[in-house]
Order: sequence, then C-alpha cells, then structure tokens
Amino acid sequence: MTNTLHRYGNSESFRDDYILFAIPCRGKNDEGAVEKQKTFLTICARHQPANMGNGNFGSYQPSRHLNPTNHWNRDYTQDYQSVIEGVAKPGTVAAVFDSKDKAEAALREVIQADLGLSINMSTSVTGADQCARDTGLKRHSVEYSLGFIDSHDHLPNSQVLELSTMCGHGMVSFSMAKKMLDMVREGRRSTDQAVLTLARFCPCGVYNPARARRLLEDARTHAA
Amino acid sequence: MQIDPNKCVACGNCIPVCPMGAIYIDPAIRRATINYDECVECSTCFRGMSQEHLNPTMVRTVRRLAKLFRFRFEPEPDVCPTAAFVMEDLEWPRIARRVFSDPLVEHKSTGIHGRGTEEVKTNDVAHRVGIGEAGYVIEFGRPGVGVRFRDIQKMTKAFAAIGVTFEPKNPITHLMEDRTATGELKPDLLNEKILSAIVEIKTLIARVPEVLEVVQQVSKEIDTVLAVGVSTRCDEKGDETILSALLEEHGYTYHRAKTNLGLGRVTNVARVQEAARDEHLASVR
Repeated sequence: MTNTLHRYGNSESFRDDYILFAIPCRGKNDEGAVEKQKTFLTICARHQPANMGNGNFGSYQPSRHLNPTNHWNRDYTQDYQSVIEGVAKPGTVAAVFDSKDKAEAALREVIQADLGLSINMSTSVTGADQCARDTGLKRHSVEYSLGFIDSHDHLPNSQVLELSTMCGHGMVSFSMAKKMLDMVREGRRSTDQAVLTLARFCPCGVYNPARARRLLEDARTHAA
Repeated sequence: MQIDPNKCVACGNCIPVCPMGAIYIDPAIRRATINYDECVECSTCFRGMSQEHLNPTMVRTVRRLAKLFRFRFEPEPDVCPTAAFVMEDLEWPRIARRVFSDPLVEHKSTGIHGRGTEEVKTNDVAHRVGIGEAGYVIEFGRPGVGVRFRDIQKMTKAFAAIGVTFEPKNPITHLMEDRTATGELKPDLLNEKILSAIVEIKTLIARVPEVLEVVQQVSKEIDTVLAVGVSTRCDEKGDETILSALLEEHGYTYHRAKTNLGLGRVTNVARVQEAARDEHLASVR
C-alpha cells in the first residue's frame, strides 16, 4: 500500500530519497507475513530511517485529542515501535532513508534475514541499480516512472510538486504544500515544523522529511 | 464527509488540507462547507488533521475578539479545533469514491489498500510481467486533480480497441466485469469522482511506443492529469536494456523507478506442496 514511483524531480533530487518496502503476494507468500513484516521494520529501524510506515500509519501521526498547549510545544518525536507493533495484516510496510549508505546497510541485513517477501527499492534508476550491485543482488523487475502527462495545465510549480508528490496517495494537497512553502519563506514556521506538518498527512509513512527539509530550505531563497 | 455546523468555527484550517479543494467557507452560514460533488471521500480532512475538542462557542468568541483588535492568531495549521468533521456511511455508487480515494480502505476485489495493485512489486513471486513483456500502470487524477470514471473509461475503451491485456487483479478491471473486450465500466459509476485510480495492462515489449502514443492521444480528451509507469523483467544478470532503449529511442525520459530486488519466493505451505507435486510429476513422466 504505497505509491512512491511518481515523485517529482530528477535523479539528483533523489540523492536523499531511498525507500525500501516489503510486500507479500496474496495466496503465494502471505502466510506468516505479519511477523516477517515486523522483522523487516525492526531491521530498518536500526538504520536511522527518516520515516517508516506499516500500511495503516507512519511514524508521524496526527493526534485525535490534541491538547491546546501543543500549539506552543508540539511533540515531534517519531514512534517507530508503534509502527512495528501496529502491523496487523499482510500488506506493504516501508522505510525511508536519507542516504544510500543507510538504505544499503538495511538492505544487507534484510537479505540476511531471508524473509521470502518481495523487497523493492524506490529511488532513482541509477541509485537502485547501484544498491543492488553493491549488495550482490540481481534486479528482478523494474518499473520506470515516465512522469506526469498534464495536457490541461492542472499542475502547480515544481517546488509544490516536489513536496506534495512525496505522498504517493495524494494526501498532501498542493494548497498545503504551498502554504508551508509560504509560511517558511515568511518566517512564520520553521522548516522542521513545516516538514512535520506535511509528513503527518501521509498515512503510509513514506513521506521523506529529510528531502522535504532540504527542499523547503532551498525554496526559502530560490523561487520556483 | 460532513462538517458539523454546530461545531465548525470557520477557522479555515481545513481549506488547504483538502486535496480536491472541495472545502470553502460559506458566507451565508459562516461555516466551512464541503462541495459534495467535488469531494472524493479521501478522509484527509478527517484523518489527517489533528483534533482538539474545544468548546465551539468559546472558540468563536475568542476569534471574534481577536478579529476586532486585528490580532492574528497563528495556530498549528493542521488542527481542527472542535473536531467538526463527521465521517458518514456511504452507499453505492458514492462509496466507490472512498474505496478509490482513501488509501486505508481495502479494495475487496484485490484485498489491497491504496490503489489496489501489486504491479511488479511482487513480480518475483507472481510473475505477472514475463520476459519480453511490458506492464503499464496508467494512473489518473493524481497528483491533486481527481478524475471521474467516465474519463477513465475513455482510456480503457481505447486500450480495448487496440487489443491489450487488462490485469485481472486490478480494481478498474474488476469494474469492467465481463466487458474487458470493450473496456466499458459499470455505467452507474461513470459520474463519480475519485482521487485516483490505476489502469493496469500488459503487452509485448515491442508495442510500448504504440500504447504510449494511445495514452498521449487520449490524455488530450481527459480533463485530468496522468502518471505513467512502464515495467519489465530484468535479464539473468539483473540488467534491463531493452525497454530502456526503446523508451529513449522514442523520446521518453525517466529518472525514477521502483525496483524489485528479487528476494521474494513462494512460502505458503499449500503452494509449496503444489509446486513439489508438479516437480515430482514432471520427473516421473
């Protein structure tokens, strides 16, 4: 349950965006998959992921009972343990890494664990190919993103697109991404606050806060 | 989705949250209101926003006073101060909006959340796309535009006309029922708007330029945005040179990919026994 294929940007912009995910195939290897998915997430949590998700929620979550004092001291801690424990049934679980080294280290351990689930990497074409070679894997299949076809000029500028398309299910609206860009530029929110506001809207936990932070910092001084 | 007018304080926080831009402040009632026809039931407002449970009268009074003195309160931008959103029970055909738009709702046809597709993510186990074949995932409506089923149908009909294979375990194919020869979807759904959906097809790899040309042509008739992915098997060395060369030859660029690393295998007991039995039968024949 993740769609990380169509993130807007060129290869260079994915230098801090490596997503590893594990998925069982229905009827083929979904028996006992929940424990394997938990093992996958436990391994990934050891390698400083930027975010993690279990298909139902990610490590940044909205609160159903926010205390009003949180407007001044909101809790921004990530909760990986609840993501691991929250795996309820066979489905996609994912971890986001902000460097090739971290992703590769996690992948090496996942290979050792021999889970039998399908393991995919979503990043630049060259990044994934390099990771596969470095870890001694032979790629099985590859799905290329040919990007967006916007025949009727619906899409906004590149900065908004880069931020909003990191939630592959479209839960981070253009308007919210633009609002955060504006608030950072106007000094009304820090980049960290803006990033985490956006990340909380992605229920799969595949939003990359590290890349979003960099994009927002860049956008502060560079117009789209 | 509904907004409880007794709770809403018209703070406007939810307006930029909606991926479809379907929420606005109605000046007649001074409350946030949902454009019901544009709402795709994705639940981003209900689930994505944090909630306080403040007294609406108190909040309205404070806001009125602040407005009087031209004070600008800078609240957390992703908070509904009075938990005013109400998730309603939906009936057919509107419930299709939620199924296709809310990533936490499972597609009954495939048992998968999100867009309900495994694509080549499980190709090392499922072998959906074989050597010499190309799989396509044509996504409609995302990012941030949405799509009506009638527009998706224009594409499925065009695909059916050129004789492609629709992926059977895909929610859109499921909506064709026995009409994959024509690409027609269930007629009572056609006017429903959803956040996004994926049409999955498969052809021989040589037909990639032809299929992508159809996508380009039909996209001009569809008032939404499309995202296109094309997949294939790698060779025994893990290399992929055929599809990438074909794409480049026809002017398509790609920077990002989803890569199946080939670590999956069949582990369900019944399936393993079945495979062993097949192997044994083959050896004794």
